[in-house]
Order: sequence, then C-alpha cells, then structure tokens
Amino acid sequence: MTATSARVILICSGKGGVGKTTLTANLGIALARLGESTVVLDADFGLRNLDLLLGLENRIVYNAQDVLEATCRLEQALVKHKQEPNLSLLPAGNARMLDWLTSDDMKKIVGMVAERANFVLIDCPAGIETGFRNAAAAAKEAIVITTPEMAAVRDADRVIGLLHSQEVAPIQMVLNRVRPKMVANQEMLGVSDVTDILALPLLGLVLEDEQVITSTNRGEPLTLQGTLSPAGRAYMNVARRLRGEEVALIDPTRERQGLRARLMGKIRRTTGLF
Amino acid sequence: MALFDFLQHLLGLQKPSATTARERLQLVLAHDRSDLNPELLERMRREILEVVQKYVEIDIESGDVSLATDDRVTTLVANLPIRRARPLPNNSPETSSKSKPSGQELLALVENQEMPQPSPTQIAEVLEVEDAAIEPNSSP
Repeated sequence: MTATSARVILICSGKGGVGKTTLTANLGIALARLGESTVVLDADFGLRNLDLLLGLENRIVYNAQDVLEATCRLEQALVKHKQEPNLSLLPAGNARMLDWLTSDDMKKIVGMVAERANFVLIDCPAGIETGFRNAAAAAKEAIVITTPEMAAVRDADRVIGLLHSQEVAPIQMVLNRVRPKMVANQEMLGVSDVTDILALPLLGLVLEDEQVITSTNRGEPLTLQGTLSPAGRAYMNVARRLRGEEVALIDPTRERQGLRARLMGKIRRTTGLF
Repeated sequence: MALFDFLQHLLGLQKPSATTARERLQLVLAHDRSDLNPELLERMRREILEVVQKYVEIDIESGDVSLATDDRVTTLVANLPIRRARPLPNNSPETSSKSKPSGQELLALVENQEMPQPSPTQIAEVLEVEDAAIEPNSSP
C-alpha cells in the first residue's frame, strides 16, 4: 500500500440535510467493495450520525480525541465495518465534548489515518463556521453535495468560495435528490442549471429514491446490496469515477422512459411477441 | 391549485418556477460573491450616474446598475438609456483636459447616431470584478 498517496476528501454542503452523511456512508462502502482501504471520519461530533447510517452505533468505544490524548491507539479507535472490513469509521469525538478539534488536531489525526488507507472521507459538519473550517484544513480535495433547491445551491456556493480560498482542489459536485418529472416540467432546477451556477464538474447524479430512507432505518447503506437500487447505483458510480473510471452519467429526463422501455423489453423477450 | 398552476403555465401566464429559481439564484449569488452590500452598491450607482450625466442626459428612472454572475465571475452591468447629448463639453467648467478626449468621442458617437426618440440609445458598461475569493473576516 502506498501510504503517502491516500486521497483525503472532504464531503461538505453548507446546508444541513442535503445528504452529506448518506453520501459518505455509501461512498465509503462502495470504495471498500471496489477493494480500496477506506476510512470515514465523522468530523461532526455534536450531531454525529455516520455511525447510525453504517449500523455501527453500538461499536464505538473511542474517538479521535482519545487517540490525540493517547488514551488509546489509533487501531483501537477505528471501528471496522461488519460486512466490509476494508472500511473503518473514526468518530471525531462524542457529544459531551465542548470544543471542535482544532485544525492542527484535524491535520494530525487525518495524517495518522492517511498512513493506513487509500481513501479518507471526512464527513463535514453543516455550516461554514469553525467545525467546517477545521475539517477543511485537513483535506486535499472536496466533494460538494447539493440538491436542486435554492437554499442548498446558495449555501453550496458559499462553501465553494471558502474551499477555493483554502486552496482545496479539485472540488467536484454531487447533485442529490433530483426528481426527473419535476425537472422535465421545469418545476425544478435542472442538472445544467446547477452545474452552470456553481461552475463545478459533476461527479455524480442521484435521483430521489425512497430506498435511502429504508436503508438508513436498517443501518445498511444502499451500496451494500447485491442488486443495487437506482440511488445505490449512482453512489457506486461516484466511487468508480473517483477512482478514475469513466462511467456515463444517467440522463434524468430519460430515466422514467428508461424504466418503461426496460419493462417493455422484458415483456417482449419473455413473450416473444412484437 | 395544481390544476390552476398548470393552466397558467400552459397559457404562458406564469414562468416555470425553475426559471424563476435560476434568475433569483443568479442575482443573489452575484451579491454573495462580490460581498457588496446594497448600500455600497447604491452609492456606486449614484456616482456612476453622476459621471455619465456630465456627458449625456440620461434617464435616471430607468437607469440600472446591477450585478450579474457567470461562471463564477461577477460583473457590474450598467444599463443607462440616453435621452440626448449634453452641450459641448468645453462649455462645462468641470471638464478637465484629462477627460476631454473620451468625452468628445462619446459625444461624437451619440451625435452621429440621430437617435430615434422612442427607443433611446443605451450604453451598457460591463466591468469585470475578480471573483472575490470570499474570505469573510475570521471573526469569532
């Protein structure tokens, strides 16, 4: 393993609730399944949820602060995923902590983790204050996730400005919770609207998918499933593109037709008619 | 309500909401990125209008100085309908020798055009502002 070449990627959005943690969890599993040793770092300790989404909430004993204070070794704090041993979770702290880890602390812990992984994903707290800045200080590149909603796009723009000034590069974008029907009716910002406004390359496109909720309920990210749901496929594609594979983007306006066409194709094949 | 919206949409009475969202976002982001508050922008607008008014009579009411944004570059766009040219600049005591050439050039341009009254010539001034790497002061 090449220790120094770990990719440290910040996952941020500015606005809360647009899907940062869901992306981190799914991307972590996807990268692990593709054979990459991956660590996901929950930089939000007050409102940490990455453990829940990964189904690891009962396994956490130590956190990054314990490692920094030498209460435990790094290996003890890293929580290995049950099904995907290539993936480990490291929480930054617990809810009783009063202060954010400083940017130096973040750099130190990320540096330690980066020695033993190919990918380090930092799940960033919402907002653009201290928690965000300190997490950003430790990252080399970033994925900004947003939805086609005004408030989310505006906040993403603020975050992008800050990332530029902290010289984080490259910055790529994942557009989440797109509703193809609404986009087709021009009642929702389209993909090119958002990419034009934010001037970022599109790393992935995730359609609205109810399965995201059920998978959260179970603590099993969509990318764990054998047969991937549409959103699961989208997350898997993000992981592939991150590794440099060329994977075509889905066309949201044709996705609905695609489903019908696929169904008709199946009927045609099984019946041998028309 | 949805049906009503749909009908309005169909009859072209209402813009699709995505278009409205795009326009509103572009405007608000232009302001966010430049970090210019409305007060400062208004002061700049007045000063620009004053300068232009030295040379041509403009329609202050419909004059517009605003921010636009494209590809993370914020631009200042001044759209100033000209009513008519002012008398020769050397009549005006304020004209300095430094600003004379450009003033005369502008006058010549305006005089040669024989403006039709209903649609006044418009000067659109576009100044590019370097995308302010938004670095809010690290206040506690």
